[in-house]
Amino acid sequence: MSVNLASARLWRGFPQAILACVAVVAVAFMLPSEGYYLNILMQAVTYAIAVSGLVVVLGYCGQISIAQAAFFGLGAYGVAIGMVDYHLGFFPAWLCGIGAAGLLGVVLGLGSLRLGGHYLAMVTISFQQILTLFLTNWLEFTHGPDGIRGIPRPRLGPISFEGGHAFLALCMVTLVIVTLAVWRLKTGRLGRAMQAVRDNELAAGTCGINVFATKVIAFGLSAVLGGIGGGLFAGGFQYISPDQFSFGESIVLLTMALLGGVQSPFGSLIGTMVLIILPEWLRFLKEVYLAVYGAAVILIMVFLPDGLWGLMLERVRKRAKPILGDVPKLPLLSQTGAARTDFVLTIEGLAKHFGGLKALDGISLAVRRGSVHALIGPNGSGKSTFINVITGLYKPTAGRVVFAGQDITHVPPYERNRAGLARTFQNIRVFRGMTVLENVMVGAERPGNDVAENPAFVVERALAALDFVGLRGDAHREVGALSYGHQRYVEIARALAATPQMLLLDEPAAGLNLTEKHELGELLKRLKGHGLTILIIDHDMKLVEQVADHITVLNFGKRIADGMPKDVLNHPDVIAAYLGEPQEAAGAAS
Amino acid sequence: MAIFLQLLFTGLGIGAIYALVALGFVLLIRAASVVNFAQGQFAMVGAYMLVVCLNVLGLPYLLSMAISVVLMAVFGVIFAGATYWPLRHRGGLPVIISTIGASIFLENIVLFLYGPSPEVLPGLFDSPGIQVGQVFMDSQYLSILVAATLLVVLQYFIFEKTLLGKKLQATSQDKEMASLLGIPVAAMILFTFSYSAMLGGIAGMLVAPVLFVSVGMGGLIALKAFAANIIGGYGSIPGAILGGLALGVAETMGAAYISVPYKDAFAFAMLLMFLAVRPQGLFGEKISEKA
Repeated sequence: MSVNLASARLWRGFPQAILACVAVVAVAFMLPSEGYYLNILMQAVTYAIAVSGLVVVLGYCGQISIAQAAFFGLGAYGVAIGMVDYHLGFFPAWLCGIGAAGLLGVVLGLGSLRLGGHYLAMVTISFQQILTLFLTNWLEFTHGPDGIRGIPRPRLGPISFEGGHAFLALCMVTLVIVTLAVWRLKTGRLGRAMQAVRDNELAAGTCGINVFATKVIAFGLSAVLGGIGGGLFAGGFQYISPDQFSFGESIVLLTMALLGGVQSPFGSLIGTMVLIILPEWLRFLKEVYLAVYGAAVILIMVFLPDGLWGLMLERVRKRAKPILGDVPKLPLLSQTGAARTDFVLTIEGLAKHFGGLKALDGISLAVRRGSVHALIGPNGSGKSTFINVITGLYKPTAGRVVFAGQDITHVPPYERNRAGLARTFQNIRVFRGMTVLENVMVGAERPGNDVAENPAFVVERALAALDFVGLRGDAHREVGALSYGHQRYVEIARALAATPQMLLLDEPAAGLNLTEKHELGELLKRLKGHGLTILIIDHDMKLVEQVADHITVLNFGKRIADGMPKDVLNHPDVIAAYLGEPQEAAGAAS
Repeated sequence: MAIFLQLLFTGLGIGAIYALVALGFVLLIRAASVVNFAQGQFAMVGAYMLVVCLNVLGLPYLLSMAISVVLMAVFGVIFAGATYWPLRHRGGLPVIISTIGASIFLENIVLFLYGPSPEVLPGLFDSPGIQVGQVFMDSQYLSILVAATLLVVLQYFIFEKTLLGKKLQATSQDKEMASLLGIPVAAMILFTFSYSAMLGGIAGMLVAPVLFVSVGMGGLIALKAFAANIIGGYGSIPGAILGGLALGVAETMGAAYISVPYKDAFAFAMLLMFLAVRPQGLFGEKISEKA
């Protein structure tokens, strides 16, 4: 099964794309030679390429770029200046334009994407304005507001693209290739990482994804796609001027993506076609046209959140077929191993202060390899802060964290995951825009995992993890459609699929009902004894007593007890601090 | 030195406009987590309201301003109803995009109603200005500065000293908790939209006699206000004010001493510089999401 799966994925979409290429070339040559139709199509096709860039950055990665027209302009000016002033051929000039767009995209991304979501929007707006100023004022280089005329079209060996039909065919074939690439990106490893970042940055980081790099790549790709479209635009119209690449045009491109559906390159294609052709039909609206346009943007957001493409998909949605057949079990299940004597995680003097509040105040702790270690303590005792410091979401004020012999105190979250540390969250953090299977695949794909490089094995591993938590039947459902308890299982499966050395469970029983808590206990018992180290934080004493080999108790950021469950739970300090009442009553209450 | 002081005065005047728009912008971020890309169009709409009252209806200046401010307050509520309310549960992105849509709509509907030719408005005072030492203080710039100062003081008073202000602050800090305490959160958010539109509108009315009133005037002001916001510190009220003033001065000086055609680029260059060196801005705090 795995072989079939792999080869099927490798060439997925290629036959259709080749057919589409033949079809579009035929269409291009059958068009009447009047300039009108050629021009409209040329505009639509080159715009569509740029708009598919927005699918990558906004649709897949969730980052707002309002400078797509600027990157489009860089591509166009690359071709125009390169060919007219520097007498380069079309293709080298095109590459220069694309390179300039990509390079500036990456630089802007590096500067702004480390920060929150609105920064990219603002930085791209600024960039858009500065570029327009330069295009208008830097007369010697850009020819200023009058623009550049007489841009030649290319000839490639015996094939001439100088005629309108042939050049349009070139543009359309490029569009087919770009659409195929963007479509395939979505279901590939990089595309899944982008969507994980879009849906939940923190969780993506703890799944081994370098969030910052992923965002920069997404933005860089979108800039490159803008440049590709722009270069063709310059060749197609043979005349360009700064006003064609203004802020307003960026908004138009954004609207096209949103109207069609920003989750799919087919959606953005439809959106572009509609908004290029619509003005021709709406000529009777004349001056109010743009006002209608602006109002349409609001209406689309309110009534068509997934765009036209989303609407069409809803009509024809097929139930995805379950993937049948046995898959190899999770590797850890074939291992056996009780708790060992060596330590996999050692923490020395760990402190985390929030201003004056000492959430963690010098905690030392060691976790034996293969054991189930429970961390308990009353509310506010520092348990969640502890797990957040261990997984790298918070920087410690002092202390040292050594995991599997490696000092990870100052290592970012994604590298800790790659070292074999996986976690779940108290308030569930799944990737809501993705299916159950895709969520777990993100886990299986962590760099360094044994299956990560082979897409078919990734699917198998994800299915195996879902088998283990009993959710295989729900593999193709949207994760948001699952119950709260099952979403928690998805998180656990996501963590297990990454083959961690150590699993951190942050209050896994929180929000579960009694039956679900019981199921969770059974699941943890099944996990136990296979050599996987588990650090569990919880309030549920029954659960902790059932599974823990070792318990550490925190209170007010300090460790107050540590040892075997029986001893710790009978420790007077623990009873006083945690249970707050005599032991008999507490036992009955739990 | 005389030229420098003169430029400083003019820069502060323009900066005060950016500060007012930036202030409205920050308030919406704090109250409703809305990044409003139509904030500049608030200024444009305000300026056109003043044009209609003065030039078309022939009302006296101060009355025209008062009417326009009241209309802007109503406009803010309508704006919220159209762009924010239906999308309020869908996260930040859809609202941002719908405010972008609103900015296009507003510019073009005004263009349709009023035509493309820019309007010229007289200043608030007949006197051209006063000479203080080596600096000639243009009366309109002076009124901008005075009005902006009054508004900031008034806002401080409302936010810090009244129950309404406390409710607004509570809303911006924790909506759930605020609503548990019986604060009408929805009303507080609508009030903020309304107030923010008023601030934007007033900025537009004050700057109208200095610039031409045109449909495109808001876009550039808004972009400067955004930049001011990041320079001052994202979401910081004193940051918005100081960032706006700093930008106005930098831009005026830059135009005078470096290059006129690239005047508008200084703001953005400053913005990019801050992002590279001090992304949290002058007053910003580093905010990290809680796990």
